[in-house]
Amino acid sequence: MVQSTGVQRAKMSRHQRTPLKNTNNVVEVKSKFEAEYRRFALKKSGTGGFQEFYRLLQTVHRIPSVEVLLGYADIYGDLLPINNDDNFYKALSSANPLLRIIIQKRDVDEPVVFATNSLQRRKKGLAGLRPAQQKTKPGLMIGHPQDFRQISSIIDVDILPETHRRVRLHKHGTHKPLGFYIRDGVSVRVTPQGVEKVPGVFISRLVRGGLAESTGLLGVNDEILEVNGIDVDSKSLDQVTDMMVANSHNLIVTVKPANQRNNVVLRGSKVSVGGNSSSGSIGSTISHDLAPSPASQSVSHYSNSNSVAEGDSDEDGDIIIESDILPYLPDHCVSNGNGSHREFPLSSSLGQRPLPQSIFLPSSGSLSDSKASLNSLTTPTHNGSPTKTSSSQESMREDGNIITM
Amino acid sequence: MKRFRRHGQESQRERIKQELYGFNKTVEHGFPHQPSALGFSPSLQLLAIGTRSGAIKLYGGPGVEFMGLHDENAAVTQVHFLPHQVELVTLLDDNSLHMWTLRAHHGVSELLEIGRFTLTGPPGAPPSVTRVTAVLAHSSGDLLLLGTEGGHVFIVKVPGFRELEERNISLEKVTNSVPEEYGGRRSLEHVESLQENPVNPRQVLIGYGRGLMVVWDLDSQSAVKHIPATQQLESVWWTEDGGHVLSSHSDGSYCRWKVAGDDPQSEQEKSEVPYGHFPCKAISKIIQLPTEQGPPFLFLSGGMPRASYGDRHCISVIHSKTHVALDFTSRIIDFFVIRDGPDHTGEPSALVVLVEEELVVIDLQTEGWPVIQTPYLVPLHCSAITCSHHVSAIPLKLWERVLSAGALQNTHYSKKPWPMTGGQNLAPDPPQRDLLLTGHEDGTVRFWDASGVCLYPMYKLSTAGVFLTDSDPNDNLNQGTEGEWPPFRKVGCFDPYSDDPRLGIQKIHLCKYSGYLTVAGTAGQILVLELNDEAAEQTVEATVADLLQGQEGFRWKGHTRLEVREEPVTFPPGFQPFALVQCQPPAVVTALTLHSEWKLVTFGTSHGFGLYDYQQKNNVLVRCTLNPSDQLAMEGPLSRVKSIKKSLRQSFRRIRRSRVSLRKHHVNNAAKLQQANARLEAELAEMELAPVQRKIEPRSPDDSFTGLVRTLYFADTFLSDSSHNTPSLWAGTNGGSVFAYQLRLPPVERRGEDPVTAHPAKEIQLMHRAPVVGILVLDGHGSPLPEPLEVAHDLARSPDMQGSHSLLVISEEQFKVFTLPKVSAKMKLKLTAIDGSRVRRVGVAWFGSTRTDDYGESGLTVLTNQGDLHVVSLPGVKLQVQYPCIRREDVSGIASCVFTKHGQGFYLISPSEFERFSLSARCVVEPRSLVEVSSQTPSSTLPRAPPDGASVERRNSTRDGAAVLQEIQKSLEVDQTTFLENGTSALAGGKVLSS
Repeated sequence: MVQSTGVQRAKMSRHQRTPLKNTNNVVEVKSKFEAEYRRFALKKSGTGGFQEFYRLLQTVHRIPSVEVLLGYADIYGDLLPINNDDNFYKALSSANPLLRIIIQKRDVDEPVVFATNSLQRRKKGLAGLRPAQQKTKPGLMIGHPQDFRQISSIIDVDILPETHRRVRLHKHGTHKPLGFYIRDGVSVRVTPQGVEKVPGVFISRLVRGGLAESTGLLGVNDEILEVNGIDVDSKSLDQVTDMMVANSHNLIVTVKPANQRNNVVLRGSKVSVGGNSSSGSIGSTISHDLAPSPASQSVSHYSNSNSVAEGDSDEDGDIIIESDILPYLPDHCVSNGNGSHREFPLSSSLGQRPLPQSIFLPSSGSLSDSKASLNSLTTPTHNGSPTKTSSSQESMREDGNIITM
Repeated sequence: MKRFRRHGQESQRERIKQELYGFNKTVEHGFPHQPSALGFSPSLQLLAIGTRSGAIKLYGGPGVEFMGLHDENAAVTQVHFLPHQVELVTLLDDNSLHMWTLRAHHGVSELLEIGRFTLTGPPGAPPSVTRVTAVLAHSSGDLLLLGTEGGHVFIVKVPGFRELEERNISLEKVTNSVPEEYGGRRSLEHVESLQENPVNPRQVLIGYGRGLMVVWDLDSQSAVKHIPATQQLESVWWTEDGGHVLSSHSDGSYCRWKVAGDDPQSEQEKSEVPYGHFPCKAISKIIQLPTEQGPPFLFLSGGMPRASYGDRHCISVIHSKTHVALDFTSRIIDFFVIRDGPDHTGEPSALVVLVEEELVVIDLQTEGWPVIQTPYLVPLHCSAITCSHHVSAIPLKLWERVLSAGALQNTHYSKKPWPMTGGQNLAPDPPQRDLLLTGHEDGTVRFWDASGVCLYPMYKLSTAGVFLTDSDPNDNLNQGTEGEWPPFRKVGCFDPYSDDPRLGIQKIHLCKYSGYLTVAGTAGQILVLELNDEAAEQTVEATVADLLQGQEGFRWKGHTRLEVREEPVTFPPGFQPFALVQCQPPAVVTALTLHSEWKLVTFGTSHGFGLYDYQQKNNVLVRCTLNPSDQLAMEGPLSRVKSIKKSLRQSFRRIRRSRVSLRKHHVNNAAKLQQANARLEAELAEMELAPVQRKIEPRSPDDSFTGLVRTLYFADTFLSDSSHNTPSLWAGTNGGSVFAYQLRLPPVERRGEDPVTAHPAKEIQLMHRAPVVGILVLDGHGSPLPEPLEVAHDLARSPDMQGSHSLLVISEEQFKVFTLPKVSAKMKLKLTAIDGSRVRRVGVAWFGSTRTDDYGESGLTVLTNQGDLHVVSLPGVKLQVQYPCIRREDVSGIASCVFTKHGQGFYLISPSEFERFSLSARCVVEPRSLVEVSSQTPSSTLPRAPPDGASVERRNSTRDGAAVLQEIQKSLEVDQTTFLENGTSALAGGKVLSS
């Protein structure tokens, strides 16, 4: 299934139009609300933020009091949301040349579907929206951009040979299994003496629905060359397994894909990527892409420079419970900035409303002690007082239990 | 500039590292695995053992040990010392002969291989022509007679292995010189035995497999006599007066032949089947030795009645009216007899028997022929070793008390000194007294003196007496009744059969200052013992620790708890148990620590951990660490790993399925069987085709055995605030959790009454969830906290309580330092993420510098699952050195490793052998010994000049050992100065005594 979509994507990219540069800095906008269309032009520079645009649309469509959701069709025909400045600018920049805006009433009963493949990719354009909504089986739900997490990326494209691919999998926060297996195998190397057979480690299986499969970046029979920057040459299968598990929270594997047809090819400033577009994989991006998709915006501060150094940065996620009485009823939370916050979504969400994706862990039925105590932490009404954050040691003495991350 | 300076610091650090660390495998303790050959040199007083893996080991007096390894991975089948020389010849399975010598070099002998040789027959001859079956090292010292499978005898000049073709005794020559009816009709078969005439070295006896024996004159190259035995020959012995030949045969008989006189055909004087009437097994070796007065000693191995005692491993010793069948617990490899007198031709004094699992020496001059305790080659595995524990620098008082307790256990041994006296032990006296404690499957703990080269048994503690087991200690099946025939006597201590596997010892902790010992076993039992010099009768109070703590939905499917004896038990002097904790469920104890100052013992299993106050004899704390989703932990010891369980289940199902189908076949038809077989085959093929896969998944809290307690640690540190230090207990689990408890101990005067309390203080969940294998608190100076009572005995500097302490958590994957009392990560060293290896064993050691006595560093000694040894510095957790040590496939070797406090370690290289290694450059225990040819050479042929100048000065037997030692040291100093002066390569291939 993965391979077939890959082929489809490859076809897409071939038909893709090169984006036109708007020399006059004006964006053509076509917006649609229910059955009505409006067309207008928008200055690329000098347009305000999202709020301004939202009000503009309300005025244009004469629906000043109606709560609406905004969406736009990107170059691949995917319907993507506009709900903050970032993705608004992204929408403007992706106007091709026309920016197609779809306005929908905010309706609790019928959640809006933003999804990949939600717009048909053929020439039909917006006409595809309706059938997509009428589908009995809706596409994937896409949450708000701030909830978007990067789960994978291709990195170091500029320094690796074209035949190799360095893939970064972000396990943190998701409940999905990494979902792949490795095996011993024989790799063929070309040496000055001729073709040589050497032992190698290969991906043997991808678990359906796992992280590895959903990214589409790893495939069965891909040879694993490096794990987090360390050569796996002359290492045993068990050693490589242990290395991968030890690095599983931020796993960077360099593979030689078995299928060499989808390799990243560097071509000028705009990268045209065959088969690795954001479609078909949530938030999967190519960091090298100069125009990141909205999905990657929340994590766009990742640099693609040194993968090993990055791999080192995320580790101090140990959970420490300090208490005088009972470790199981923590009533006070502290984030002490020990680890890196962005890596541990919990720390950013503490003290705010609980965000479903970062806290709710579906396996709560079988949670360990520590996880249970974490879950209880996320209930702010636990002791009737709002959770406040503090990192001073004194408060620990006063209030007892502290969680640090 | 900056870079330059840093470089200077680095090179200085490199120099310090060289002074601190050095890796050596120094000595092998215990009994060689799978011995296959035995040799003995009466003149050198050395015995040699060859093994199936091609090792050759030489032993003399205690401490005199040498080891060599053949390059070929072939079993050693025969070992022969060249008479009156320091050379020996080994014959391997691959038909190669090897010459070894003990060469003195800088005052210390080394075992070196100096030549190898393989017989080459005439072109086109079958390999059996040159396949060596018998070897005789001729007393002239320069001839080797090699009998072969083809029946030829080749004569080879040694050293150098030059074939003397013209002197070879071919089968044709022999058959031509004996009457037709013996030689011609049938093949004589292989050469079974070659014996030299004790009074006439010109004559050798060639024994052929079919039975015929020929006395051959080496000078005239003709047969002098023939002995017409008709039974398949097993061994031949030429009596000392040269007048008779004894032959033993495959039917369990032996014959005596008169060879004196001129008659070319010898007469049979006597033929006997000692265990006769019914068919007997072969007598594989026969020896007869004269005594000054009275009848000779006769030694026979084997010959037991086939049907009733065919499975016994026996050596019969017959002397006058005394007849004993020594009954060994494992197969007999070979034996020899040591004789008294300067020329080793006097009275037989000791019988040395090498059996497959031990070396047994019988004193033949003391009434009742008692066993002499061996100072080396002890069977460590007389019951399988289940754990080991090392305690360095034992105080003299405890040492003596353990020794005296041990002496009371060894009254049945002979009082005679060890009969093997070869060589001189030049190793310096060990700097300290070290104890190695091994726990065994039968519930015993053995105490070994591990200070020096000889691992000497000191004391044996048995814990089985506390419990009711199936076996009755009074029923001794081995006690032979009066008049029993054959007259068996059980000898040897190798007894691998445990009555109750639950008794197995899993963890040991000894406090060397207080003499308190705690041992824990397979069925969740924890015994606290105290050293008592008197025998005492007492009941052991049992306390149950319910580790489940009300966790529901679990069912223990493993073994039951051990039953405790209700009535008082008499304990002999030594370590006597006075308190017992029994974990419920009775899972194997996985962690155990004793704090003798606080009088607390903490223990952990796969379900949780507990804290026991052995003064008040109550549980202070019980904590369950189980993960509710972890069902496997509950099911008992059979299901250790998920995959094993699964695969077992699958294979059982498959077996059952095939059985079902087989049964169906009986009632139905053959087609179904074929179907079932096809299905089975397809399944098997599928299993074989599916490659070995490894799942890449971060560890989750739902994994199995996350609650298993891996390590427990007591520390007096700043747990809750930075101004007051308190006693604390730390526990680390398999799931990467660390639990810390603050302990409140009542003041000393109220210690007996007021309760000890424990309060949970901290929990750490390591993000990478790797098993926590070690916890350590470092003081303000960054050095590990001393052991309990160490400071009180003025043996350690008191820890720095001013600076801030830090906590070191060692997981299988990382070394991580946290601050205390506020736990936050300070630094770490990643292991697995970098090279894929995992910590298997870790210890804290102090490394002294070889350059100055006053400089040293603390460090962690680490053994990884790849078999590599690492030293990690403290408190900086930086990798210092790394050495490959154990093969990564040798899982049991890696698991058995134990570190000492001074940078040495032990691991099992076989079930019966510890390899000792050293990571410290200063602290090295290795054999240093010198063997020289004794000056009394009765033979007419002079031994060749010793090869090395150092041994020219021959040892004068009248001089005492100290003078010799001095002399050696002197010559050594000379050696060293010359070495320094002219800087020649005198070092090549040898060892220099470190001053």
